[in-house]
Amino acid sequence: MESYLNLFVKSIFVENMIFAYFLGMCSYLAVSKTVKTAVGLGFAVIFVLAITVPINFLLDTYLLRPGALSWFDKSYADLDLSFLSFIMFIAVIASMVQLVEMVVEKFAPALYGALGIFLPLIAVNCAILGGSLFMQQKDFSGITESAIYGLGSGVGWLLAILAIAAIREKITYSNVPAPLRGLGITFIITGLMALGFMSFMGIKI
Amino acid sequence: MKNKKRLKTETTSIFFVSKEKEPLLSKKNRKLLTDPMDDNNPITVQVLGICSALAITVQLKPALVMSISVMAVMAASNVIISLLRNLIPNRIRIIVQLVVVASMVILVDQILRAFAYDVSKELSIFIGLIITNCIVMGRLEAFALGNGVWKSFLDGIGNAAGYGFILILVAFFRELFGSGKLFGYQVIPDSFYEMGYVNNGLMLLSPMALITVGLIIWIQRYRNRVLIEKN
Repeated sequence: MESYLNLFVKSIFVENMIFAYFLGMCSYLAVSKTVKTAVGLGFAVIFVLAITVPINFLLDTYLLRPGALSWFDKSYADLDLSFLSFIMFIAVIASMVQLVEMVVEKFAPALYGALGIFLPLIAVNCAILGGSLFMQQKDFSGITESAIYGLGSGVGWLLAILAIAAIREKITYSNVPAPLRGLGITFIITGLMALGFMSFMGIKI
Repeated sequence: MKNKKRLKTETTSIFFVSKEKEPLLSKKNRKLLTDPMDDNNPITVQVLGICSALAITVQLKPALVMSISVMAVMAASNVIISLLRNLIPNRIRIIVQLVVVASMVILVDQILRAFAYDVSKELSIFIGLIITNCIVMGRLEAFALGNGVWKSFLDGIGNAAGYGFILILVAFFRELFGSGKLFGYQVIPDSFYEMGYVNNGLMLLSPMALITVGLIIWIQRYRNRVLIEKN
């Protein structure tokens, strides 16, 4: 239990998708002009990350890893399909995003109205594929761990985009040098926030 | 009158396939190559492909390898999508694009693993992330789906070059000030260190990549005032 909590906190703060690895920067910069849209996108990212990371974990363990196919037949034990992982992961992500979109539209129209336009965007969000690729590198022992990692990374991403959106809403009132307005100052603020997040390094529960 | 009309269609036809035959590197085509270097830079103006740009710029070597990989992937997938552009049903185009890009990235990844294993280890997941690098998808959506093969090829090369230019610029400053080296060779002489010069370790940390890009954007927009955002 403790190790799960540790993993969760670590994936939110220490290995924050945006501040430590810069994943999902494109949508982070594009959709952070107002807090409302930022929250919508953030929740969509949490949703998709928490679903796709465990699915890709299963795919990796039972299909792609060297020798993963030995459950099927002993003669496949020396097969290594890991070169297919990029295409498998992205296919899972793209189809999951479509599926999630359809399910949400059917059963939760209110949520769909809120997330609607952001869901298709997520298929090409680096944070989602990044989550799956990091999961592959980290060698998690079980599906619970990978699910917690996906959830935590999503929460960290939401936290980051929420913070920058709030700051950007406020900063429209300040007198930023003209060439630095918009994109430039956002980069520099994100850099300063990332410096702040570095202070979480080495935290353990 | 007729002449005037013709002039107008010519200026707008940059974005469409022109019927007339033109030399391979006509002025318009050259513009496709040079525009992304400054006025329409994918990173600082179009805000595409930031994720990987920042994470791998601690040293020049991985940055250079990354730019070349992105260039190969972009040129190849732009050409393929441009060839297929009349066959792809509109509704599933994102998945088709992802599959094409993913196969190109697998090729690049396997080649890197075979011939430059240490760099490929250093780039770790970031080669895989070229798939979702918005610069590739963005150019496929915005250009290759509506333009001919040769133009799409040039657009891919040009945008990848603009991307690589920023990547290498950032990596240059980070490696120079962070570890006093370029491409792994020491360039700051020992006498500087003896006089008390110290490498700025902060440059090696990830936040400084963001701040360096922010400063580059500042300088570029100071020079090129058209790009300044109004709000």
